[in-house]
Amino acid sequence: MSRIQATFKSLKNKKQKALVPFFTAGDPHPGKTVEIMNALVDSGADMIELGIPFSDPMADGPVIQRASERALKNSVGITTTIKLAAEFRKNNKMTPLILMGYANPIEAIGIDNFISLIKNADIDGVITVDYPPEESVQFVKKLKENNIDSIFLISPTTDDKRLKLIINQATGFLYYVSLKGVTGSANIDIKEVSEKVKNIKTFTDLPLGVGFGVRDAKTAKEVAEISDAVVIGSRIVQEIENSNDKDLINNIRNLMVEIKSSINKNSETSE
Amino acid sequence: MQAYDLPDNFGHFGQFGGTFVAETLIEALDELRDMYEKYKNDPEFLAEFNHDLKHFVGRPSPIYFAERLTKKIGGAKIYLKREDLNHTGAHKVNNTVGQALLAKKMGKPRVIAETGAGQHGVATATIAARLGLECVVYMGSEDVKRQSPNVYRMKLLGATVIPVESGSKTLKDALNEALRDWVTNVSNTFYIIGTVAGPHPYPMMVRDFNSVVGKECKVQMPELENKQPDVIVACVGGGSNAMGIFYPYIDDKSVKLVGVEAAGDGIETGKHAAPLTSNSPIGVLHGNRTYLMQNSEGQIIETHSVSAGLDYPGVGPEHSWLKDSGRASYVGITDKEALAAFHNLCLVEGIIPALETSHALAHAEKIAAKMSPDEVVLVNLSGRGDKDINTVADISGISI
Repeated sequence: MSRIQATFKSLKNKKQKALVPFFTAGDPHPGKTVEIMNALVDSGADMIELGIPFSDPMADGPVIQRASERALKNSVGITTTIKLAAEFRKNNKMTPLILMGYANPIEAIGIDNFISLIKNADIDGVITVDYPPEESVQFVKKLKENNIDSIFLISPTTDDKRLKLIINQATGFLYYVSLKGVTGSANIDIKEVSEKVKNIKTFTDLPLGVGFGVRDAKTAKEVAEISDAVVIGSRIVQEIENSNDKDLINNIRNLMVEIKSSINKNSETSE
Repeated sequence: MQAYDLPDNFGHFGQFGGTFVAETLIEALDELRDMYEKYKNDPEFLAEFNHDLKHFVGRPSPIYFAERLTKKIGGAKIYLKREDLNHTGAHKVNNTVGQALLAKKMGKPRVIAETGAGQHGVATATIAARLGLECVVYMGSEDVKRQSPNVYRMKLLGATVIPVESGSKTLKDALNEALRDWVTNVSNTFYIIGTVAGPHPYPMMVRDFNSVVGKECKVQMPELENKQPDVIVACVGGGSNAMGIFYPYIDDKSVKLVGVEAAGDGIETGKHAAPLTSNSPIGVLHGNRTYLMQNSEGQIIETHSVSAGLDYPGVGPEHSWLKDSGRASYVGITDKEALAAFHNLCLVEGIIPALETSHALAHAEKIAAKMSPDEVVLVNLSGRGDKDINTVADISGISI
C-alpha cells in the first residue's frame, strides 16, 4: 500500500480528514524549505504538496506566482526541489510527499530522469498541472511502474465523460479544484462544491481532496465535512510572504494549528 | 500523394502542438473547438467573415513588384504581399476579425487578448469596437512603457489595457495573464489569441483565418508572373503571418518556404528570439509542445529582438513541425541586418515596413542576390512600420 493510501486509510479509521498544505520549494529561500516542511508536519499536516518553481505558472494566482519568482531568484528549480524533498525524507519516513508543478521543467530534465530522481528521493506522488490525461498517458504509465501516484485535477467544468477518463488514470487521490479560476481566487461556494463532490464519489472510491479557494478555518471546516482532504496553498504561501525569517515558522504553525483544529472538530467531539 | 491535413483531432502536428492546459480550461477549449468546427464551413459565417475582410479590412491586399529593390539587389524579382495596407496596418486583423465574429456567434459579450508591441491588441480593440464587444487587453508593463502610442490607440478604441507585472513583464507573461482571466471568466469571455500558438484549436484556427493571405497570393502570383513564386519569405515570432502565407502552399512542393526568426545581437550571443534557428530544445509552454528557449531546468529564458513582435521564446507548433519535416526552412536575421533592410525599403520603394517584416526583407535580399532574374521571391510584407519610427529614431540617435 502506498504512503498516500495508508495515510487516507488511517485517517478514515480515526474519522479524520487529511490536511494537505502546499508551498513552493525555495521560498523564501532554500535554507528554510525543510524546516517549513517539518513545521507543517508538527502542526498537523497529513501530507505535503511541494511546488516546483516555474517561470510561467499559468494556473496560479499572484500569490503563488510571486513564490515561484522568489524561488527562481534563489536559483531553486526542479533538481534543487527534489534534493530538498530528499533531505526532508531522510528524517521523515511517514508523511506522504507530493510534487506539484508544470510539464516543462519535468520534460527539460527528461521524464525518465525525473522519475528516477523522485524515486530515489522517495517521493509519493506527482501533480502536473498542465498534463491533462490525454497528454500524459506514457508519463502516468511510467509513474505507475515505479509505484508513484499520479494525482489529477478535476474542475467544476469537468463533465462525467471526462471524469471517467481522469479516474481511469488517477491513483492516490483526486484533487477537486473548487472554483473556476486560478489558485488563491475568490471564496468558494460550498453548496456547489458539495454537489460536485457527491457526483464524483459515485464514480470512484479514490479519496477526494478539495483546494484552490480555502482561505480560512471556517472554509477549511466546511470543505472537510464534504471531502477527504483539505488542500491549502495560497494562504500558507501568503504567510511565508508576509513573515520575516524570525517569525516565519511560528506563524505557519499558528495558522496550521487553527485550521487543523477546525477541520477535525466534529470527529473529536463525537469520539 | 496525400494532402497535408494536420493537425490531428487533438491538435498535434507530429510530436508538436496538443492541449497542455490545466483541467479548468479543458471545457472552454472543447467548446471553442466544437464551435469552430461548426462555423468554419458554415456559408453564413464565411459570408460575414469575407464581407468584413473586404469592406472593413480592405482585402484583397495587392501584390506589388518591388522593381527598384529588385534592380538594386540584382537577382530574382522581389514581390511584396502588402498586408501593411490592411486596416490597422498589419496581417493581425485577419485573425481578430475571424475570432471576434466567432465570439459573437458563441454569445460571448467580452473578449480578451494578449499583446506584445500592441499590434494584436489594437487589432482586437478595433474589431471589438466594430462588433460592440467589451475588450480587455493584457500587456506586459515593460511593453506598456515602450509602446505608449499603441496603449493610447487601444484606449481610444474603448479597450481596457491591463499592465502585467509578473515574470519578465513582456508578451509571454501577458499571455499567461490572459489565460488566467479566461479560466476565471470563461462563461462570458472569448480569448482572442494573436498568434499560431496556445493550446488546440488556436494554432489551427489562427492559421486558417490568416490563410486568406496565401490563398490570395495563389491567385495573384500567376496573374503577374504566370507562375507561383519560387520562394516565399516571412518573418516568424509566434509565426501567424508566416503560417498564413505558407499554409495554402504546403502541398505545392515547388515553392520553397522560408521563415525568418529574430537573431537579435546574433545567435552566438544568446541574445535573440530564434528558437528554431538556435536549435533550442523542445518544451511545453502556453498549452502546446514546441521548440522553446529555456535553460537546462526548463525555465523560460528572456528573449531579445529590436522588434517587439518577434520577441517570443517559443514558436507556433506547426512551424516546429514544418522545420522537422523539412517542408520549410528557418533562418535568423540580426537586429542590424533588419534595420538595414528597413531603411533600404523606405528609400528605394517608399514603403516604411514594420521591424518584424524587415527581418523577412533582409533575408529576401540575401537570397534574391544569388538567384536568377527569371526567378521570383515573394515576401509577406506583414505590417507597416509607423509604430516603429520611435524605436528606429532612438537607435539612430535622433530625437523626434
